[in-house]
Formats: sequence, structure tokens, C-alpha cells
Amino acid sequence: MTLYGYHVPKMASLIVWVILWEIVGRFGLLMLFPPFTEVIAAMGEVVTSRSFAEAIRITVISYLLGLALALVLGIPLGFLMGLSRAADKLLNMWVNTFLSAPLSALVPVFMILFGLGTPTVVVTVFMFAVWIIVLDTRAGVRHVAPSLLEMSRSFGASWPELFKIIFLAALPEILAGIRLGMIRGVKGVVIGQLLVSIIGVGALFSLYQQNFQMAHFWALVLLLFACALSLAELVARLEKRIQYYAGERN
Amino acid sequence: MQLSMTTAAGSGVPIAPVREPIVEVRNVSKLYGNTVVALQDIDLSFEKGHLTSLLGPSGCGKTTLLKIVAGLLQPSSGEIRVKGKPVNGPGAERAFVFQDFALMPWASVLENAAYGLKVQGVAKSEREDRARHYIGEVGLHGFEKKYPHELSGGMRQRVGLARALAVDADILLMDEPFSAVDEQTRRKFQEDLMHLREVENKTFLFVTHSIEEAVYVSDRIVLLSPRPGRVSEIIDPQISREISPDDLRRDENYLDTVERIWTGIKKYVE
Ligand SMILES: Nc1ncnc2c1ncn2[C@@H]1O[C@H](COP(=O)(O)OP(=O)(O)OP(=O)(O)O)[C@@H](O)[C@H]1O
Ligand SMILES: [Mg+2]
Repeated sequence: MTLYGYHVPKMASLIVWVILWEIVGRFGLLMLFPPFTEVIAAMGEVVTSRSFAEAIRITVISYLLGLALALVLGIPLGFLMGLSRAADKLLNMWVNTFLSAPLSALVPVFMILFGLGTPTVVVTVFMFAVWIIVLDTRAGVRHVAPSLLEMSRSFGASWPELFKIIFLAALPEILAGIRLGMIRGVKGVVIGQLLVSIIGVGALFSLYQQNFQMAHFWALVLLLFACALSLAELVARLEKRIQYYAGERN
Repeated sequence: MQLSMTTAAGSGVPIAPVREPIVEVRNVSKLYGNTVVALQDIDLSFEKGHLTSLLGPSGCGKTTLLKIVAGLLQPSSGEIRVKGKPVNGPGAERAFVFQDFALMPWASVLENAAYGLKVQGVAKSEREDRARHYIGEVGLHGFEKKYPHELSGGMRQRVGLARALAVDADILLMDEPFSAVDEQTRRKFQEDLMHLREVENKTFLFVTHSIEEAVYVSDRIVLLSPRPGRVSEIIDPQISREISPDDLRRDENYLDTVERIWTGIKKYVE
């Protein structure tokens, strides 16, 4: 970004917003927003509290379980849809429906099915993450160059060998799906816990809200944002390592 | 059909009978779906140690025929014999060179060139030695650790060639191997190909739609005509091997043969 010929770093716009927030907070313009500096101070308190450590622990566990489930089921399902026209015809509509459906609306249903606890959160993470993984895997498998498979077959390759070729050729798309799935999974874990609201970060949020500790509330929001963004960045880096050959296949 | 096996139709010049057929195509037809007749009653023999080109307008079934010989496609009827034995799948005596190179983008030049040997179960050190040898043979010495995206189109096809040579197949099946490279590289390739035929003593089945290329490199040219794909003519160019590439383009025999093929193909192109 440039302003009056000066190069302005990306972070600068963030600073403008922070200052704005501080002003709004200082003058008590909006009850919900305490000054930013107070939020930062509260952040220290939140991070060091015991209930935060416990909330993070349970959140991470539900997140990882849901994500693992999404990978273990999503990738094979994507493979199946990419390889078999019949399976694709049967499933494609449903996968696309779930991908764009407002999944938060389903969480109450999960609560009835799985109770008011971690299983519901795990299922929510799974439901948020799995569909994009399925669709990206499917797209990757579909786009494997036919000549690459013919090449492998021409040397007498067996099924496992062909499978390996398909997997490696589809890997950039699979990884893109995993990255998006991970980000959606974060949404899932937060929404799931908020709605269940007696475990993990959700419980913490309702606690702060009920006691009207808005600085703590926002500190927690910022922390969650930071976590989600670093996670996305981490996967994007990993992806880049494999990216170099993604553009090589047209 | 039988007639065109013994004389080159239209010219009356007799073509040599195949003495030692290494690949035989017997009455092969291929239908895609129930309507597209890609090939109809193809009957051909390919001489051991020769380079035979399949030439014809787009859609006449050249790729289809080559893939049937490779065992990558099943014919709807008829059979393929390699060294006298019927085959119905890929085999170690045949190796394929692809128009789009078919390199694995995640693997190095060395790994790509050694891939055929790997699939065939050759131990790592041995397959890498052999792959290295052929990488040198195709002029890519020093590029072993590079990846396909770091190479030009011509170099990529050399990797594809090294991979096919490394498995030491007797028959090399090449589907328009030079169509995706530039003209200079292409000429260099043609010369390399002819050199390879001399030193490696292999049989080449070569698909192209460049008449000049076919006349230059082939011992025999099989002309196919489209809809349905059939053999329309067989021509032995008999261009002297000693002739230099520059003199070639003035050689009367060369020009006549090119002209004759063009006349034969023209009616299908319009
Ligand atoms: N998988 C397929 N399904 C249906 N029809 C096909 C298929 N592959 C090829 N054909 C048809 O069969 C005919 C022969 O195709 P083929 O690719 O063998 O021709 P070709 O001589 O190699 O053409 P080109 O010079 O364009 O490469 C064409 O009419 C083509 O449209
Ligand atoms: Mg073709």
C-alpha cells in the first residue's frame, strides 16, 4: 500500500483500527468496547488463569479429534468420488449441500444426538472440516494427467503403485483441502463450544459475559483469532513446499 | 489391404516384404463406444531394427493404434503379437514415450528416468546406475538432481526418452514425441533418434503428423486414412543415411516422397 508516495506497511492499517478502538473505549462510546490497552492487560490475566489452560486443553483435544476424523474419512471419500463415477453421482450433491449449508444450525441436533459435551464439539469440528477436504481431494484425483497413469501402467505397474501415483499427483489439491478444512475446523470448534457453552472456550466466554468482563471477553477473542491465523499460516507454509509442482501439471 | 503390403499403391514401386516381424498387428479394429470406428481391419507387420512411422491426418487413429500395440488399450477385435506371441497388456519388451512427456513433477530427473526400472523391481543402486547412463546418453549429464519444472520442453522429453531406454525394451513406441518442442530442438532430436537407432539396435514405432519428419527419419511410413482409420498406403522413403541434413532438403528423392505423401493425405485435410 502506498499513501502520498510513501510506502505504508500492511500492519499500519491495523494500527489505525487499534487507535480507533482505544478512542471508542476511552470515551465509553460503546459499552461493549473497553479501551484496547485494557484488553491487552486482561489478556495477560486470561492467559495465566487456570480455567484458560483447561479450556485450551479441551479445545485442542476436540479440535484435533474432529480434524483427524475429517482427514481419515474425508480423503478416502474424496478418492472414491474422484475414481468412481457412480460414487460421485451418488454423493456429490450431498457433499456440496453440506459444504454450503449453515452448519451451526445443525449443532443443536448434534447436542441431542451426542449430549452436551466434547463429542458434540468433535462432531461439529468434523462437519465443518470434512466437506472441503472431500471436494478438494476429489478434484485432485480427477485432474491427475491420464498420461501419467498410462506411463506407470506401460511399465507394468500394479494397483498400489498406480495408487501412489494418483496420491502424489493429487497431493497439492489434497493439501489445499486440508488447509481450508483446518481453518473451517477452528470455526467449528469455537461455534460448537459456544453453543454447548459449558465446556472449553465456550464456557470461558459465557463466564466472562455473565460477569460482564468485556476486556477479558475481547482478549479471548483476539487470542482465538491469533491462534487461527497462525495455524493457517503454518499449513500454508507446508503447502508451499509442495506447491512448486502444482502448476506443472496442466 | 494385402496389395498395399507388397506394393506402394499409386506409385507401383514395390516395397520390401517384412523379413523379421517383431510386432504384428492382426486384423485389429477399435471402436470407441458403439459408433466411433477409430481403427478398422488393420493388418501390419513391423520389421525388427527398423523405424516405422505412422502418419496421417488428425483423428485417423495413430495414437489409438500405438496404444493398442503398447497394451494400454484393448482392441475391439483382432490381436497383437510381439516376437510371435500374442499379448494383451503392457510388457517389458515395449516402452512408451509420451507426447506430453508424462514426467512425475515431484521426482527428480534421476528418479523419473529410473521409474520404469523401479516398477519392474530393480534394486535402487542398480536402477540409478542404469538411469544415470541413459541420462548421459540423451545428453542430460549433470541434470540428474533437477526437477522437471526446471527443464525446457526439449530436455523434459529427453528424460522421457531416457526412462524408456533405461528399461532396455526392444521396441520403443513414440507418440508425437517432438511435437511439443521447438523446431531447432526437434531437428536435433531427429538426428539423435537416428543415431540411437544405429547404436541401440532397437525397433521404433513412431507417430508423427509431420510429413518431412517421417520421410527424414523412417525406414518405412505407414499412411493412415481417417473415418474409419485404415492403412491407405505404405512407403519406403529410402533416403540415404549418409546425406547431411542440409543437402537433404534439396535431395530429389526426399522432395518427391514428401510430395507423394502430401498428395495422398491432402484429400482428407480439406
Ligand atoms: N477415449 C476416446 N473416446 C471416444 N473417442 C475417442 C477416444 N480417443 C480417441 N477417440 C476418437 O478416435 C479417433 C482416433 O483418435 P486418435 O487419438 O487415435 O487419433 P490420432 O490419429 O492420434 O489423432 P491426432 O493426430 O489428433 O493425435 C478420433 O476420431 C477420436 O475422436
Ligand atoms: Mg494422437
